[in-house]
Amino acid sequence: MSLVTRLRKARLRIEGSKRSALDMAHGRLTLIGLGFSVLYLIVAARVVDLTLLQGVLPRLNGTVAEQAIETDKQQIAVLRADVTDRNGVLLATSLETASLYADPALISDPVRVAAALSKAVPGAVYGETLEKLQRKGRFIWLKRNLTPEEQYRILEMGEPGLQFKTEYKRIYPQGELAAHMVGYGSVDGQGLAGIERSFDELLAKGGKPLALTLDIRLQHILRRETDRAIREFSARGGAGVIMDVVTGEILAATSLPDFDPQNPSAASPEQLFNNVTLGVYEPGSTMKIFSTAALLDLKNPGLGMTFDTSKPLKVGRHTIHDYHPENRPMTIPEVFMHSSNIGSALMGQMVGTEGLRNFYKDIGMLDPVDIEISEKGRPLAPAQWRDINTLTAAFGHGISVSPLHIVAAASSIVRGGTLVKPTLILNEAQAYGAKNAANESEIRIVSPQTSHRMRQLMRLVVTDGTARQADVPGYNVGGKTGTAEKIVNGRYDRQKKISSFLGFFPMEAPRYAVFIMVDEPKGTKKSYGYATGGWVAAPAVGAVIGHMAPLLGMEPHPLNEEDDLSFTLKPYLHDKKEEGGQLATFTTE
Amino acid sequence: MANGMFSRTDRSILGRWWWTVDRPMLAALLALMILGVMLVTTASPPVALRLNLSEFHFVIRHVFFLTPALFLLLGLSLCSPRAIWRIATIILGCSILGLILVLFVGNEVKGAQRWISLFGFSIQPSEFMKPSFAVLSAWFLSRWREQPGFPGQWIATGLFLIVVSLLVLQPDIGMTVVTAAIFGAQVCLAGFPLWIICALGIGGIAALFGAYFMLPHFQSRMDRFLDPASGDNYQVSKSLEAFREGGLMGVGPGQGEVKLSIPDAHADFIYAVAAEEMGMWFALVILGIYAFIIMRGLKRLSDSDNLFSILATGGILTMFGLQSVVHMGSSVNALPAKGMTLPFISYGGSSLWAIALAMGMVLALTRRQPRTSVAKGGSIARGFFARSDAQQGA
Repeated sequence: MSLVTRLRKARLRIEGSKRSALDMAHGRLTLIGLGFSVLYLIVAARVVDLTLLQGVLPRLNGTVAEQAIETDKQQIAVLRADVTDRNGVLLATSLETASLYADPALISDPVRVAAALSKAVPGAVYGETLEKLQRKGRFIWLKRNLTPEEQYRILEMGEPGLQFKTEYKRIYPQGELAAHMVGYGSVDGQGLAGIERSFDELLAKGGKPLALTLDIRLQHILRRETDRAIREFSARGGAGVIMDVVTGEILAATSLPDFDPQNPSAASPEQLFNNVTLGVYEPGSTMKIFSTAALLDLKNPGLGMTFDTSKPLKVGRHTIHDYHPENRPMTIPEVFMHSSNIGSALMGQMVGTEGLRNFYKDIGMLDPVDIEISEKGRPLAPAQWRDINTLTAAFGHGISVSPLHIVAAASSIVRGGTLVKPTLILNEAQAYGAKNAANESEIRIVSPQTSHRMRQLMRLVVTDGTARQADVPGYNVGGKTGTAEKIVNGRYDRQKKISSFLGFFPMEAPRYAVFIMVDEPKGTKKSYGYATGGWVAAPAVGAVIGHMAPLLGMEPHPLNEEDDLSFTLKPYLHDKKEEGGQLATFTTE
Repeated sequence: MANGMFSRTDRSILGRWWWTVDRPMLAALLALMILGVMLVTTASPPVALRLNLSEFHFVIRHVFFLTPALFLLLGLSLCSPRAIWRIATIILGCSILGLILVLFVGNEVKGAQRWISLFGFSIQPSEFMKPSFAVLSAWFLSRWREQPGFPGQWIATGLFLIVVSLLVLQPDIGMTVVTAAIFGAQVCLAGFPLWIICALGIGGIAALFGAYFMLPHFQSRMDRFLDPASGDNYQVSKSLEAFREGGLMGVGPGQGEVKLSIPDAHADFIYAVAAEEMGMWFALVILGIYAFIIMRGLKRLSDSDNLFSILATGGILTMFGLQSVVHMGSSVNALPAKGMTLPFISYGGSSLWAIALAMGMVLALTRRQPRTSVAKGGSIARGFFARSDAQQGA
């Protein structure tokens, strides 16, 4: 009621004159005019903002792409950089493709559209498509990365509710050939493994291709020969590495079984697993390269020093056997070439627990390998390093490392004694033969003399020892076999072996390391039932070298017997034909 | 040249009309009609094809409705204020009847009953209600100010409450807001103290809050404006895209793509089509024409000494301006998306007649009144007596 009285008062106040009412109205007209001016100015400002500031200016600055990203967050597809091998062969590239999505709100007849789609796009199941088209919401993926032909057929349907987004599909032209090194990505282009993962940010930025050190030709040879060895010996899998020991460049690296990086979801865990860098295994006798080098470098014994390998070595409750017991004292070259576990254990004992552990640490056997991919296994070494661990570690048991560990560390020893760092990324302007300044390591592991002796010993393994099948005439291969028993349920299983061979060539000035490892090979008639590194991996490495050396333009250099590196070691070998086994001579170099 | 058609001393109806009518405003309205035909021609064919109609279905219908609308506009502008008052009374009566009828026999479209079929046309009674209500409430309010003891303000308020409650029952929030704005402007012009106007404004806002909680579709529309991520903003985001695409000069007549994806390109988003195809300058020209009509009308009123004319025209201009601001504001996302046609430009069928009715009344009421008509007495002309005083004051 008070409102009424106040209104009446107000009316009475103004009623005095019509003039005052008109004056009031004219004043209020100005007010309304001002109100509308503000409203129109706001709308006009917004029009200018949208058309000029958000429309024209970004185009002038050439940032239309960025603008598009801002307005449509789902179109963040920038062309991902290519990955190539060292010769520019494409290993991974990106193709622009159209991906199909539906806006169910714009689809009036889902049944008809689903039927037409299942006809136009292989793999579009009618029921599933229909279910998607009937969902609520405005966005549902139907099929990513269509072929141009599929896209054409869908465009022909002329259905407004079916729309495309440009995406970039990652293509791996070499298929599974270098799958574990190059890696793969998700549907959304994110790197999930290998170089694609570790260089994800860089590749995502686009730009220049990333060149790897791999040589796809060598990769093919290595994979073929490793695969052949696996098939021949009915093995579970394997791994192979070719490394330039001078530069540390990985020229080839294969892990079998492998997978198609185009479709990683179809691969089993075994296929996806990277045996080269992620898997760690007890390497077996290839480890003797390091225990022997440690002995030669730290204790500087004469090569004629003998070790009693006549009876199994008992340490505490452990007993160490030899595969092929010789039952007599052996010189250092004999221990190495016959791969005597007892001899190596005794060598380890000589080096001492502290000395051997530190040596292994220095050559990188106790840390994850330093390489540019993320899938790296941490070596398994005894937490409490006791003396028995020293004995077994000397011949490659009780410690697990990745194949790349063995290759890199042994390369450091044979290349002259300085540490080499393996790498997968090609240094700019570097070709075969050019020295990689970054890889001219100053970190000395062993003396040049020790390095030379190790080269001699490894050559001897091929000329007279366990790896005679690895020799390639003219390329003077040297190396070391390894045969480790796998641990099954905490016990060594004699039937399940990991057989490997690490070869270098040419041995007088080692340039390339070739490593092949075969997991659980089974002996064949041809190998007289043997499944050791010498029978399984050594011939495969020989085949790789026989194919790769001519490909790289290396001329064979056949040497006379007396010029061969191993010749000067011959005097330290017992002549097996003589009963009792007398040493021929004791002369040193 | 045009002036040559009629001599200043021409005393015929047309001659008097020519010299008294607001010719610049008339020109601006004709310009809007021409632009409307252009824009409906470019914007509507994709919409028509989507609805399985013939390509030029909307163009033909637009011209079909526009021609009578033009005659309606011109015809009304010839009328005297008294005639306008009579016409408005009849139309308001009919449209209130229609509003009641709509509740029972209306065609339900998108959750609201607003349309009624009449002689094969779909007619929205609320469209015709707005201008006639403005005229009637202006008459009551001006009577209240000029004739002490006449409770015009209460009659006007009652009338307002009746039409608003009919609109809320549909429900039609947009129309309610526009009607409330008309009445608010008139109350303001009629000289109600500002605190009452503020109170009414607060009441209006409270009513909007009430609507927010009562009407789900209104709530979702507000939510989408306040937080674009919360729901479907398809038309608005497409509209913004069109403005950015258009830039300064546009992509060219007929070259726009937004009309292909906006369902209401020919009606509620025709401004976006204009901006995309012709660019910023064209969008600003359209905006300028509306602003000119409003400012021109208000200026004309500030020279007038007829309170009835001021209130009626002020109310109708508010309606006209608000409708244009809401349409343009929605399409640039400065306001919540409200489907409102751009007066005279959008395809709107019978609503074109309603807007022609409104602006015809404005033209009639803003005509310079010859002195001779002052002597006429009667309730309508009562306010005209003050004229000579006001002119001396001006």
